[in-house]
Amino acid sequence: MRRIIITACLLAVALHAAPAGAASAAAVTVQDPYLELHSGPGRGFPVTQVVDRGASVELLRQRTDWIKVRTGRDHEGWVNRRQLERTLTGDGEQVRLAGPTAEARTGHRWEASVGAGDFNGADVVTVAASYALNDSLYVRADVSQLFGEFSNGWLAAAGIGHIFMPQWRVSPFVGIGAGWVYVEPTATLVEAPSRSNQAAYAGAGLRGYFNNRFLLQAEYRQYLIFMDTNDNEVINAWTVGFTHFF
Amino acid sequence: MDRRLHALLLSAAVAAGNLAAPGAARAQDPVGATPGTPQVVEPRVARREVKAPAIDTENFEGGLFVGTISIEDFGSSLLYGARIAYHFTEDVFAEATLGSAKAGNTSYEDLSGSAQLLTDSERQYTYYDLALGWNALPGESFFGSRRAMPSAVYFTLGAGSTRFGGDDHFTVTLGSGYRLLVNDWLAGHLDVRNQMFDSDLLGKDKLTQNLQFSIGLTAFF
Repeated sequence: MRRIIITACLLAVALHAAPAGAASAAAVTVQDPYLELHSGPGRGFPVTQVVDRGASVELLRQRTDWIKVRTGRDHEGWVNRRQLERTLTGDGEQVRLAGPTAEARTGHRWEASVGAGDFNGADVVTVAASYALNDSLYVRADVSQLFGEFSNGWLAAAGIGHIFMPQWRVSPFVGIGAGWVYVEPTATLVEAPSRSNQAAYAGAGLRGYFNNRFLLQAEYRQYLIFMDTNDNEVINAWTVGFTHFF
Repeated sequence: MDRRLHALLLSAAVAAGNLAAPGAARAQDPVGATPGTPQVVEPRVARREVKAPAIDTENFEGGLFVGTISIEDFGSSLLYGARIAYHFTEDVFAEATLGSAKAGNTSYEDLSGSAQLLTDSERQYTYYDLALGWNALPGESFFGSRRAMPSAVYFTLGAGSTRFGGDDHFTVTLGSGYRLLVNDWLAGHLDVRNQMFDSDLLGKDKLTQNLQFSIGLTAFF
């Protein structure tokens, strides 16, 4: 824990030094009737300056959908990405700025998710990453921490999934996979052995796009835990969470 | 006479048409233009030499915090940790937090003198939290009449794990904070969090409320 924090400290120090050097400005020319410069990176900040068509502005930095620009008169302000993309042309082309598009919903490859839920009565926290092989087929790996009444544990699994109708705002999906579950008894109980078993799952769920940057997801899975004894254990689990795609 | 005039006007019209029409047609269809033909209609849009902008996107925010945490039944302790956030939009962000504290004694331990409920390592309180945050009140904070800095009051809801008393506990965290941007990339934070988890450390299963208050510094990158 202490080592993680020290590493984070060093990272933060390194990062503090970075922004000064990263001020490589790009000059672009305003094509729209005018640009509105807000005092901060948000729609609620007041408009303090207006830049006319034909003027040149420097693009300094971008935060979410807002780009900080400097005008020829050395005024600085934040402009919405949508207004800049409509406004500027470079070499007869629209300026491309980092950010989400409607096409990214089906065109993206990577997803990262965080979720929480229930694992046969135990609480569960899950992080997952998935990679899309095409619009509807993906591979996914997840790691979960389990918090039961009498035991805690970890679950790691990898699998493959299929999204029906990925172009819909809310689309159903199914998945299967296999993994490994490790369970240890909680400290307040008498000594019981910890155990690790292989597991397989089949699941289904719903995912819905919240906006062009992330989606909300609910999933039900049935796990089959392969026990050392004759009877295998069936476990019902559900999670809800949010997923960022990029 | 009439016929000769007609022929003259007609040939003049054809000549004028020959001069004007092909130019106009070719201006619209540059593929068919022969080299050396004067361009009659100039395109109004001037081509500009602009390179594609390579600007910094700063949606990550990382930093450190220090504060105090009141661990239920175990007094208040110094808390320190690190956090990293990713801003999806101007309104919504995801945040991962790591924190650590060392729990004090219960009142019983203090009064009895020698009885210790937990070992030294079991008193270590460490947690991680994965949360979704909402900038509920974005705006500006004013200092005097000449300075205004962007700021936001935000709320977070998260889930994670707390290791305390030799056990991992599923933890739900509710929080609220104030973020003040000192300049474009450096921000100060004031945070209040409540970490809730079930614990049976003192014999009876109960939901514990562990309130923390912290100040922090973060950098956008």
